[in-house]
Amino acid sequence: MSTPPGISEYRRREQSITLSPLEQQVEQDGAAQTTQELLTLNFGPHHPATHGVLRLLVTLQGEVVRDIKPIVGYVHTGIEKTAEDKSYWKVIPVIERMDYLAYHFNALAYIGAVERLVEVQVPTRAEYLRVIHLELNRISSHLFWLATSALDLGAISMFWYGTRERELINDLFEMSTGQRMHTRYFQIGGVAEDIPPGWAAKVREFLDIMPRRLDQYGDLLNSNEIVLQRLRGTCALDAETLLAFGVTGPLLRAAGNPWDLRKAAPYSCYGDFDFKIPVGTVGDNYDRFAVRMAEMYESVKIIDQALEGLPEGPYITSDRKVALPPRHELATSMEALIHHFKLVTEGLRVPPGEAYFPIEGPRGELGCFVRSDGSSKPARVHMRDPSFVNLQAFSRMAEGSYIADMIATLAMLDPILGGIDR
Amino acid sequence: MPDATGLELIRQELGDSVIDTDFFRDRATLVVDPRSIRAVLGHLRERGYSAMASLHGVDYYPQEPRLGVVYELLDMRRVDRVSVKLRLGSDAPEVDSVTPDSEQHAGWPTADFQEREVYDMFGVVFRGHPDLRRILMPEDYEGSPQRRDFPLGGEPVVFTYNESPKLEGAE
Repeated sequence: MSTPPGISEYRRREQSITLSPLEQQVEQDGAAQTTQELLTLNFGPHHPATHGVLRLLVTLQGEVVRDIKPIVGYVHTGIEKTAEDKSYWKVIPVIERMDYLAYHFNALAYIGAVERLVEVQVPTRAEYLRVIHLELNRISSHLFWLATSALDLGAISMFWYGTRERELINDLFEMSTGQRMHTRYFQIGGVAEDIPPGWAAKVREFLDIMPRRLDQYGDLLNSNEIVLQRLRGTCALDAETLLAFGVTGPLLRAAGNPWDLRKAAPYSCYGDFDFKIPVGTVGDNYDRFAVRMAEMYESVKIIDQALEGLPEGPYITSDRKVALPPRHELATSMEALIHHFKLVTEGLRVPPGEAYFPIEGPRGELGCFVRSDGSSKPARVHMRDPSFVNLQAFSRMAEGSYIADMIATLAMLDPILGGIDR
Repeated sequence: MPDATGLELIRQELGDSVIDTDFFRDRATLVVDPRSIRAVLGHLRERGYSAMASLHGVDYYPQEPRLGVVYELLDMRRVDRVSVKLRLGSDAPEVDSVTPDSEQHAGWPTADFQEREVYDMFGVVFRGHPDLRRILMPEDYEGSPQRRDFPLGGEPVVFTYNESPKLEGAE
């Protein structure tokens, strides 16, 4: 078919579309029936408010959401499969890339499971360094959530403020670990390196700045009429339903259930610190927002205490079957050289068995299941990612609310698609 | 975690539906008969393990029965965990779904996506699941990628030019 001059094929097709049959039908059916009509709207996968490549099939009745079907898998990269082909210590970098905003948490969940199988004793200093990095990571993850969520609600300045403070944390990670994200800092048996001189002072500087900045965010958002109207009383869900859907983390705490693995079943050295678990009352979007804001203050407190009480000692286990020997020993000790060679070429052999290690990630229970068959590669690595499980409750939260509230709820849900799809 | 004795007590309560128990590195596991999975989980729920933390699949290749499904249960009041495991053969693996599918079966709503993932990755069919489709892999994908004998890599990236082999053959 030839296209008329001056008009493209696309324009021709566009102009050929007519809505007259639809309009006729509407006239025939009468106004009463058209108000009952359901519209299915495809939402995503490329939509800025879906925080990644999440696709939602939303059924709408007018402006009201009746049903949501999440469709995931667009960034499935088969990390769990890849992990089965790598030796235990080489799995850490890939596993960190699952939930890409909570890399230290992914690493700890996996390493915790492996350490449980190997039964290695982690030095206290390493545990403290881990906690400092974890809580910095929690603040950075929550800051990014705050920045993007505020953006979803139309507050663009919050995005710049949130990412500004997140840069400070990235700078700290760069100084202590050499990388800004996906640091590979946590190792089986400890951490990769001791903190450099001057780092603690930099962290203190950050701890001094952060609460004041959080106060500013609070002043900016808590008295903002638009934010309050968008969040207050919207899309509440009670704790019992949330639990049935397996929802944990800030979403569950917002509904009034103070479940936090850091307190309930302290892992690493969380038992040593004094901190509170912020809880909400009704579990609406405002509570979800407020709980995360309050959690950042608590994380600051934990880091402060961990820096204060940071014990002297080794930063990684001295078990040469698990951790690499220090560099200087390689020049003088034949044994160290052999251990180094064995670990780098073959990796450590883990006794056969299964372990499940749950920790409190920024989005909820992050559990890693590792099965070992006795070789130097894991036979199965599974990450129970909180974003994946929490997403199931989304439909129940947003049903019966307006489509604009659905966007706000999705923002408050804080799903990370890298973690959902793995 | 229930200690080794506590685990044996649970086993006695459940009778024949428990095939084996395993207590390893402070983790208590009940290996159960796949046919009684709903009853076992229902009993454990009444015993206080009312939250299902995780549900995932394992491939024990080359052992037989080859596939495994693991349910990580959690008692939030006593802060206690117990794992329930069942094993299935690799040809036509089928087990009752624990996702709620009717008024009579309250089930565990959290199992929905996770059972779909196990179906997707290992090919385990969950009988009675309301919406058993692939979740992470494309819907027209063939095979169970997370099984141990499934090759790693070699998945071609589909672009328009290599999308359909039929078109190439026509030229």
